[in-house]
Formats: sequence, structure tokens, C-alpha cells
Amino acid sequence: MPTRTVLVVAAVTCALLAGCGGSPETAAAPAPTQASSAPAAALTVRDPWVKAADTGMTAAFGTLVNETGADVTITGATSPVSPMELHTMAMEDGKMVMKPKEGGFVIKAGATHELGPGGDHLMLMQPSAPIKPGDEVAFTLTLAGGGTVAFTAVAKPFAGAQESYAPGMHGMPLATASAHP
Amino acid sequence: MTLRRRALLAGGAAAGLGAVAACSATPSSPEGERPAVVPASFTDIGTGIVPFHGPRQAGVTTEPPAHAAFLSFTLSKGTDRAALGRMLRLLTDDAARLTRGEPALGDTEAELAVHPSRLTVTFGFGPGLYRAAGLKSPVTDLPPFTVDRLEDRWNGGDLLLQICADDALTVTHAQRMLIKDARPFGAIRWVQRGFRRSAGVHPAGFTQRNVLGQLDGTANPRDAAMDTAVWNPDGSTSLVVRRIRAEIETWDLLSVGDKENAVGRRMGSGAPLSGTAEFDEPDFTKLDDTGLPVMPDFSHVARARQTDPRLKILRRPYNYDEAPDAQGRPDSGLVFAAYQADIDRQFLPIQRRLAEKDLLNEWTTPIGSAVFAIPPGCAEGGWIGEPVLA
Repeated sequence: MPTRTVLVVAAVTCALLAGCGGSPETAAAPAPTQASSAPAAALTVRDPWVKAADTGMTAAFGTLVNETGADVTITGATSPVSPMELHTMAMEDGKMVMKPKEGGFVIKAGATHELGPGGDHLMLMQPSAPIKPGDEVAFTLTLAGGGTVAFTAVAKPFAGAQESYAPGMHGMPLATASAHP
Repeated sequence: MTLRRRALLAGGAAAGLGAVAACSATPSSPEGERPAVVPASFTDIGTGIVPFHGPRQAGVTTEPPAHAAFLSFTLSKGTDRAALGRMLRLLTDDAARLTRGEPALGDTEAELAVHPSRLTVTFGFGPGLYRAAGLKSPVTDLPPFTVDRLEDRWNGGDLLLQICADDALTVTHAQRMLIKDARPFGAIRWVQRGFRRSAGVHPAGFTQRNVLGQLDGTANPRDAAMDTAVWNPDGSTSLVVRRIRAEIETWDLLSVGDKENAVGRRMGSGAPLSGTAEFDEPDFTKLDDTGLPVMPDFSHVARARQTDPRLKILRRPYNYDEAPDAQGRPDSGLVFAAYQADIDRQFLPIQRRLAEKDLLNEWTTPIGSAVFAIPPGCAEGGWIGEPVLA
């Protein structure tokens, strides 16, 4: 497997970026040359992986790379295998807990944004089947403005970063309060 | 005998290397390592990269780096062909990244990945892996030999990972990462760690010395002959791993002359007893003053001798040296790794001759044995084993 860089972006992305507050010259520049063939990639996902899980919640990670001149906001994520949420880690009552990321993930123009254990991540709230080590799991990120970025993440056995889930969120019973993203 | 050989040693050293006259005053100095090797640049030892991808796996005919770990796994019951594919995709990806000096995905000690130090990860498939996949195995376990004192804890295995690098911490990190990703699919059967001289101690291509003090691998095939001996046309080969305990306590009782007779080579230079330099062809017809062959017919070299490249093996051994017991007796020996295109054609005849008669058997005891097919390498985007398991 090579470094997984997935460059799938909806064709609308370029046009939409201009309206998303990007600097005019960078947002507009790629559009003419890209229009005839593949659309420019607003965002790529480098080295994605997902934590394998027999049961219960799990999480997907990777490096979000914004090679455009405009900020990109991820507002949501979907996967055929589970309902998804965008999560972040925050200090509550003296300990780190994870919680939904208000406003989504913002990846600054030309910047990268790390999704990793102990930090921002894509949460698989309720996988419909075990995610086995070595499985390939499909995801789609939704961008502000309607563009999407699809990628595939490999499932890895991973025991680290055993964050606590903020109690009471979404009516989660306390029995599942210790998620292992 | 011993005195005569000592005299020869000193004479050889003086003749070959005038500059070391001062050193030869020390009677025990071996002549083989006399020339002071100009220190190579050490700056690139940590950064050296051996390409992972290619039609043949790395770590076979690659010049052996200083440290090695051989990991053997027993597959879990549920690890079928599909699971093997998942496992090998994960492990191939780990190996490709780590050998480039990059952390693996989900690497919790990413900072340990930055010095590849010529890291290689070589995958071997034991007979059990093919059984699990419902396929015919190209390798079968070796038959028993009379010299064997095999202990089950060092035998067999369904999957082998040979991890080699010039830095022991790099090996440790790769081992940890690969085990973490392999263990959903199987359990550790055995791990054998070994070492050779550190990078920079010898020039490249120098024959390694084992814990008995012998130069080990002089007769290895080289260049085109190595290709012939090792590789099948499809890029596959095979590996025999034998754990050979060295009986150092009794070996230590021997005179240098007796040691040399057991091996058929001089301890210092590695030269055959019939010659003067390591790579001199042994002359089995040469007789000494008493009319006996200079190269004893019971010596290791006489028994293991094979000149046809199609019948030679590539020895790629590592030394091991675990903690001595309470009496100070060493637990040392050789992780004997032999690569050859065909075990039956190449390895078995040599091993049979050695088991039947080889004076060195007195001081070496095989305590573990395993065989593995080494599948071809893979291109970027592929995975090891894909052609047979996908």
C-alpha cells in the first residue's frame, strides 16, 4: 500500500471556494485550467486509518491537507459502515474528554490539520459490523458549500489514546462512556 | 602442531602486511583483521535506506546489517485466506513506511522511525500459512538429522518476519510495530535476535565472525553465482532458520590447531589449511609431512564444500548471545539463516553431509529449525503474497 492520498472532490468545489471567503486570486486561479479535466482538489486526506473495533464506537484519523489558497471547512462525515460525527478533545472537569466539534474542522489555506488519537478525529458512532484489522473503510467528508471528499482508510489494531467520552452526550449510557478512539 | 601453526600465522602476517610488524608481537592476534580499516563515514549509517519495493524482497542478498530479529508467528485458527490478505496488506504497508524512515500508520513512537539504518523487513511463509490459505506449500519441514537436539520453542512457524538494520533500536521499533499489527492474526511462536559486527567495523563484503571466532560465510556465492543460488525466476526464494547452540565451554578447551582442523580453515585469516588467504580454493589433494591430507576430510569445509552455484546456499547468519547461567556458561550460538532457490536441491544435501560427518558437530548443536518460502517482492501499491493469496 502506498501512502494513501485520495483526491476525490466534487466538481462544484472550485466554484464554491470563491464564495467561501478565500482570497480572490487563489480561489479563482485554478478554475479555468481545471475545468476541462479533473477538478482541483480542495482537500486531500493523507495517511488515513481507522481504529479496528469488534464492537462499539471507534474513530478514523489522518492528515487533512488543504493545498488551496482558501480555508476549507469540513462540516460532516459519512460512511456506509456507521453514523459519523466530527469530534474534538476538550478539558472538562479537569480531564480530557471528547465532544462534537462545533462548526466543524477548519483547515486554513495551505495548511494541514492532523486527525489523531487524543485530538480531533472522525467518530464512528455505531459501526454496523466489526471493523477488522486490515479492512478498508470508505468515508466521505462534507465541505461547507456542499463539496465532498471521499477516501478509504485501512483499519489498524490500536490500543492507545483511551479518551473518556463526555458523559451524558447524546444520551450515551455510562456503560459505553469509555470510548477508545 | 600448535607451535608450527603459530609460526605460520606470524609469517603470513609479516609477509602480507609489513606495516603490522608491531601488532604481530602479540601472539594471539589474528592476522585476518590486521589492516586498520580506514574509518568510513559514520554519518550515513543512520540514514541508509534499502528500497523495500521490487521484484525480489530486500534483506536476502542485501549486505547484512549489524542487527536482526527473526519473528515467527503461529496463525490463529480464524486466520483464513481473506484474513491473511488483510494481515499482509497491513504488514507490507508498515514495512514500506518504516524502511523509508517514516512512522507506520498509528505509530505511537513515531520518533523512533526516523533512523532507518538500512532497515529491511523480509516476509517468509511457512507450510502452515499455505495450509491456512488452502494452498499447496512450496516448502516442507526438514527431515530430522541425527545431530539435532531440537527444542519445540525454537521450531517452525507459519509466518516469519526477518527484521534487519544497522541499529538495534530501529530493529526494536520495527519489531514492536509489526507485532502490534500481526497479533490480531496470530501469536508469537519464537523471536530470535542476533547481531554481527557493527556498521563501520569492517568494510562491506567482509566475512562475519561467529561466536566461536570463525569467519563464517567465506564460501558464500557472490555476484552472478549468488543470483543463481538464491533466486527463482519469479523472484521467490526459500529460507532455512536453524538455531545452532555453540558449545563454547568445550570449544575453549581446544588448541588453535585443533580448532583449525575441525573447521579446515585458519582461525585468523579464514584461509583454507591448504592455502594462505581467505578466498584461496581449498586443495583437498595436498598432503602434509606425514602424508595426511592438509585439509582433514572430517573438517567442516571438506564436508560442506560445494562449488556448483546451483547447489550452493547463501549463509546469512547472525550471532546470538543470551545471558550466561549461574555458573557463567554462555548461551550463545548462531541464528543460522540460509537462503537458496530450492531447499531440497541445495540445502538438504549439504546438511546431510554435515550431519553424517563434520568434526565441528562436536561443538555445535542445532536446537531449532524452521523453513519458509520467501515470496517475491511487490511493487508500490501491492503487498507481499498478493499473487498467491489475493
